[in-house]
Amino acid sequence: MTLAPQALATVPIASRRPGPSSPSLTHLQRLEAESIHIIREVAAELRNPVMLYSVGKDSAVMLHLAMKAFHPSPLPFPLLHIDTTWKFKEMIRFRDETVARLGLNLLVRRNEAGLAEGITPFTHSSSIYTQIMKTEALKSALSSFGFDAAFGGARRDEEKSRAKERVFSLRSENHGWDPKNQRPELWNLYNGRLRPGESVRVFPLSNWTETDIWQYIMREQIPIVSLYFAAKRPVVERGGQWIMVDDDRLPLRPGEVPEMRSVRFRTLGCYPLTAATESTAATLPEVLQEMLATRTSERSGRLIDHDEAASMEKKKREGYF
Amino acid sequence: MLGFAQTADLEASLERETTSQYLNAHERKSLLRFLTCGSVDDGKSTLIGRLLYDTQLLMEDQLAALAADSRRHGTTGDDLDFALLVDGLASEREQGITIDVAYRFFATEQRKFIVADTPGHEQYTRNMATGASNADLAVILVDARQGILTQTRRHSFIVSLLGIRHVVLAINKIDLIGYSQAVFDQIEASYRSFAEPLGFVSLQAIPLSARYGDNVRSRSAKLPWYQGPTLIEYLESIEVESDRRTAPFRMPVQWVNRPNLDFRGFAGTIAAGVVRPGDRVAVARSGVTTLVKRIVTADGDLPEAGAGEAITLTLEDEIDVSRGDVLAAAAERPEVSDQFAAHVLWMHDEPLIPGRPYLIKLATSVVGAIITHIKHRLDINNFAKLATKTLEKNEVGFINLMTQAPLAFDPYSRVHETGAFIIIDRMTNHTVGAGMIDFSLRRASNIHWQALDVDMNARAIAKGQKPVVLWFTGLSGAGKSTIANLVEKRLHAIGKHTYLLDGDNVRHGLNRDLGFTDADRVENIRRVAEAARLMVDAGLIALASFISPFRAERRMARDLFAEGQFIEIFIDTPLEVAEGRDPKGLYQRARNGLIQNFTGIGSPYERPEAAHVTITPDLSAEEAAELIVSYLDRGSYLGSATG
Repeated sequence: MTLAPQALATVPIASRRPGPSSPSLTHLQRLEAESIHIIREVAAELRNPVMLYSVGKDSAVMLHLAMKAFHPSPLPFPLLHIDTTWKFKEMIRFRDETVARLGLNLLVRRNEAGLAEGITPFTHSSSIYTQIMKTEALKSALSSFGFDAAFGGARRDEEKSRAKERVFSLRSENHGWDPKNQRPELWNLYNGRLRPGESVRVFPLSNWTETDIWQYIMREQIPIVSLYFAAKRPVVERGGQWIMVDDDRLPLRPGEVPEMRSVRFRTLGCYPLTAATESTAATLPEVLQEMLATRTSERSGRLIDHDEAASMEKKKREGYF
Repeated sequence: MLGFAQTADLEASLERETTSQYLNAHERKSLLRFLTCGSVDDGKSTLIGRLLYDTQLLMEDQLAALAADSRRHGTTGDDLDFALLVDGLASEREQGITIDVAYRFFATEQRKFIVADTPGHEQYTRNMATGASNADLAVILVDARQGILTQTRRHSFIVSLLGIRHVVLAINKIDLIGYSQAVFDQIEASYRSFAEPLGFVSLQAIPLSARYGDNVRSRSAKLPWYQGPTLIEYLESIEVESDRRTAPFRMPVQWVNRPNLDFRGFAGTIAAGVVRPGDRVAVARSGVTTLVKRIVTADGDLPEAGAGEAITLTLEDEIDVSRGDVLAAAAERPEVSDQFAAHVLWMHDEPLIPGRPYLIKLATSVVGAIITHIKHRLDINNFAKLATKTLEKNEVGFINLMTQAPLAFDPYSRVHETGAFIIIDRMTNHTVGAGMIDFSLRRASNIHWQALDVDMNARAIAKGQKPVVLWFTGLSGAGKSTIANLVEKRLHAIGKHTYLLDGDNVRHGLNRDLGFTDADRVENIRRVAEAARLMVDAGLIALASFISPFRAERRMARDLFAEGQFIEIFIDTPLEVAEGRDPKGLYQRARNGLIQNFTGIGSPYERPEAAHVTITPDLSAEEAAELIVSYLDRGSYLGSATG
């Protein structure tokens, strides 16, 4: 797979568990148990859940936790991937590989109307493009399958407006999010009761940080897309950021010549909207090393966040994850 | 990463060795969840921002955004306004208020921390309780210039109510009182004497300045008289792991894992204690016991698992276990009851009304419940016990609760996970309250119904009819009693056994102690429904004619009856028509302000969503009665003797 060989070295399973002599759980064990608890509650209480699978590292961790939650049973719900058709090729390859390896039921949805209208990251602003190709496609997929719960991999540490997000986030019939209509969440008692048409977005990774995610990926040896590791890739520089030329659909501006540079990605999305960082970190330990020394937050690589102040919150009200 | 450092590739590189050491250390980190309480004026948000800043969790782009925000919205001149870091939602920021709980994360070499930031303002009680429910420790902020205020007492009380046993008293803005030891000592002493009855296991007072960072991470040279730990030192070292693992084993079953006929596992998170294969466990509600066969996880079977771990158990015997059951140490079982005394915090705009049907979720069980009695309300400022009939939003009460089915539980003070519950509104599904069980009022096994030899069916057969209650609802003056009277006459004429319950014969007797407040209206309907239930049990066709304006109460009445025993009849007469009739002159008096809470004028009428029979205004009373009798006939309520 795409893991660095060092990280695949087998670690005896017994050594990863606390023995009888180590009574208190480590932070990763507590986070893992909390996430599994949340995922099981949804499977038990909601009628028709689905797990959103974005192919990124957070999705990888969420999927791994779900597999653990129901072991030895298969996942009792399908995965849903919203394909804008602009994802990195490597993401799609990895997605299909993962589905085959774990025997998953994957649904893929696109906004065909948007495609027919020729909406691309180049013809429209990133916020309009995201709204139509991602948010609308997601809403319509959730409605057409009648899903009443959708797992997402969002974390509270990602962005300010997410710090207050519930684990169970209630959405109205049109998938809107009303900050004033969210239920209090006490203890580990989640209220999954819905009125007709309502749904919940569920965030089992709410309390994880980016560091936790990487540590857990290492501990559990979870395969992730190779784009997270540095390699020579064809890129162009735009507005001080490196954009990868993933295929020949990227319109080159006058004077732009793709050059090969050693880059990697901290977060993944549509390739024209995802900036790479220059890096030589080609293995998991090196990525961690680099991350510990870094001084920018991961969302800074997402171009959509720069659009306007409080942009995430606005998108959330409109139904973006 | 215990095995990580052993790989040859890593040992080859010093840089990688550093990473693996880092990972090793971080792998063994523990987690501390704490809550900060205090108002904006106490510098709470500033303190949290300072913690993030001092532990270097802020990235360059976040710092740049903070600097820009500080210039635009800040209150600290040219300095960074750390308070803006913990302010999330745009609309709140514009209004200058925070209305919720925000979670923040930082880590040191020793620990990872999750901070629940629970702002003050009106919703403080609800927000604080939410944050406190998952916290191991509370940091209570005091402005050194102000000392212990009413709100300090309030915060401390809620912290203790939610069972937090470790408290840090952060005496902030010590710079503004000249770093005075005398002031610090005086505040600490007065807090200790106040907090004595709250039962905190540990209490550490720390003088600090969040704005300038004194004693937050680094020791302050300006406070040489203070010998204790800095805030971060203390948070890193305090041992809060209580006796969760030494308590008797409890695991509420979340999900039955049944991939095929050969495997039947019970998935759940261990609430307390430790379990090993071979242990004898009981299904708390049924009392059936068996032995644990395996502890199954995706990483292989475990020899032992303890509190906080999410596992799947298989059992030696095929016994009846489903979601909502609690697997427990057979030798030390939880109590099982359907009546509890509990503290509840009300969190919704609609007040808590005794007698109104709610749902409660306790561990993995969801059951119907009513609050039978509010013993008292607690004034959270001075802990005084006050008499009350209802609980308003953000009020705390000590109540009696009755559930529709028995539940396995532990007192909250012993095991939070099996003693805490939320209260859910049956109509809106909102979470309207949170509760903590103190003790059971009686054991469920004592209240089994007396099994009687002559039962409802026997009585019904003797009468040649199917017993049922006809519940007439509608506005005052809609014609409920007129139509109910006509229906009863017709039934009587064909030899059926009936009884008509209406306001007049009930208000003067059974319910003469009740008035017209919301609480009394609910109790009125509850008694009527219970009386109707006895009549149905006696084999009668009971006709109940009551305005019964609230859906929740009609639902409560309906829930007392088996399927097919309750027929809701909506007399759908518009307000103008009913008011035009005004047979008792009540509308006139209500319009003149002489009657408060009159349905349709000062109090709402909630239309039935799915009445069995709806009588539209175009029908005469005779036609309406005919329609209802034919409905009964079609439903075979009237036996074979109908004409």
